[in-house]
Amino acid sequence: MKTKILNLLAENARMSLSDIAQRVGVTPEEAKKEIIALEKTGVIRGYKVILNESDLGVSRVRALIEVKVTPQREGGFDQVAQRIARYPEVTDLYLISGGFDLLLMVEGDSLQDVAAFVSAKLSTIEGVISTSTGFMLKKYKESGRIMQNDEEYERLKVCP
Amino acid sequence: MTKNMKDSKFARRDFVAEHLKTLPKSGIRRFFDLVNTMDDVISLGVGEPDFVTPWTIRESGIFSLEKGHTSYTSNLGTPALRQEICKYVQKNYHVSYDPVDECLVTIGVSEALDIAMRAILNPGDEVLYTEPCFVSYPAEVKMAHGVPVPIETKFEDDFALDPEALRAKITPKSKVLLLNFPCNPTGAVMPEKSLREVARIAQENDLLVITDEIYSELLYEGEHVSIAALPGMRERTLFLHGFSKAFAMTGWRIGYACGPREILDAMMKIHQYSIMCASTMAQEAALEALRNGEKAVKRMRDSYLERRDLMVNGLNRIGLECHLPKGAFYAFPSIHSTGLSSTEFAEELLKAKRVAVVPGVAFGACGEGFVRCCYATAATDLIEALDRMGSFIATLKG
Repeated sequence: MKTKILNLLAENARMSLSDIAQRVGVTPEEAKKEIIALEKTGVIRGYKVILNESDLGVSRVRALIEVKVTPQREGGFDQVAQRIARYPEVTDLYLISGGFDLLLMVEGDSLQDVAAFVSAKLSTIEGVISTSTGFMLKKYKESGRIMQNDEEYERLKVCP
Repeated sequence: MTKNMKDSKFARRDFVAEHLKTLPKSGIRRFFDLVNTMDDVISLGVGEPDFVTPWTIRESGIFSLEKGHTSYTSNLGTPALRQEICKYVQKNYHVSYDPVDECLVTIGVSEALDIAMRAILNPGDEVLYTEPCFVSYPAEVKMAHGVPVPIETKFEDDFALDPEALRAKITPKSKVLLLNFPCNPTGAVMPEKSLREVARIAQENDLLVITDEIYSELLYEGEHVSIAALPGMRERTLFLHGFSKAFAMTGWRIGYACGPREILDAMMKIHQYSIMCASTMAQEAALEALRNGEKAVKRMRDSYLERRDLMVNGLNRIGLECHLPKGAFYAFPSIHSTGLSSTEFAEELLKAKRVAVVPGVAFGACGEGFVRCCYATAATDLIEALDRMGSFIATLKG
């Protein structure tokens, strides 16, 4: 039941309890209990909306930043990463394999805003060796959703 | 007299062939016209996946055009595709066919069935087939001047073919047995024991079996057994399959036939004169489907399975008795409890609640008392449709 519920919520976090219950084949009460448990244990960290900001007219600036760091004795990458994660500007942060160590997504009101964060905060953190910032120009897809609106394509309503 | 006849002083014959005048139009067609006059309809009336063809397959079709592969292919289909088809059939159905002359790529199973009938039947030959069935079967037989002989399948048998019922319908003129399991519209599959018995009857009576296994990947319990793989059956079975359902490729119109050389050869004659070859782009996309489509098929099957349970539990809950279908993506609930005919039920439900289902009678006389509900529809729509149907049934009971 847990996996089924999580799959449904991953597809649509706003799905109603009664829909979830019908699709999983349990009562709405049972579904609710399971979801609350998942929230309490922290498996579910939150529910957010997927936006196409370009339709909105507000222009927040986002950047992907590759960071090289020196792993700390006893803390590995975690110490530096957790420190970086505390900045509210950082929306996403991953440790990855390859030519650099940490991949950050940073959000700010303007280019200067993000640039200031990188030079004044990020690169001065102990253990950070270098950063490479790429400003996001256009969003095509996020969390599995494509941003471009396709023309409506109507199927036959009845066919053999 | 129609208008254009009046323009000439010469008499004009009735040009339409006799056997087509008596051929009824698909019962689905009239219903389709009715549905199209309405808005806000939730349709459980489709006979196709609600998925778009997986991207990797679509992309191969696009790439085929980019490369400029726009000419005819070999009449039989491209060698690469035929080879891949035979590999796929060997792996999944355990029957070996030679890609050189035992495999023909067609414009969907529909074309394969049409040319098979034309290649096999002499006027008056009888074709046994199960009802309720896909709407085209009896028509295809008649268009090839054969005689369709329906064998009723029953709710209490989960709509599987009862070998004894088959035996009872065999006459000296019986030539072909046409099977379609998993079945449209019932979702029925054949228990292996019955299938073996049917194979035996086919051999005893020297019948050719045409097996339309278009839904065979969409099986939710057990393992699919093709009649072609049973002992003694390969040489008297024509295996038809395609890409429409499992790979969500209905609009590409691509399928295939595998079978004994001399039958394929006869079908090939009709195919080469009337069709030339299946669309090149579709053939290249189909090749990609076989090579890299397996994961997508599984993903779609899992999704149908979830919705099957949702649909069937829902139908039983609102009082329409429905067995759990083991394959395809149709539920075929009984509507006997409502006292309505299947056509009345479908029309009144559509008018009152804007839910489209297909009257069972469209799939043969014994489909009366049932409706086909396709659950290849968004789960949220299924839930809404079940709500609406529930309240429709409540109003019937007053």
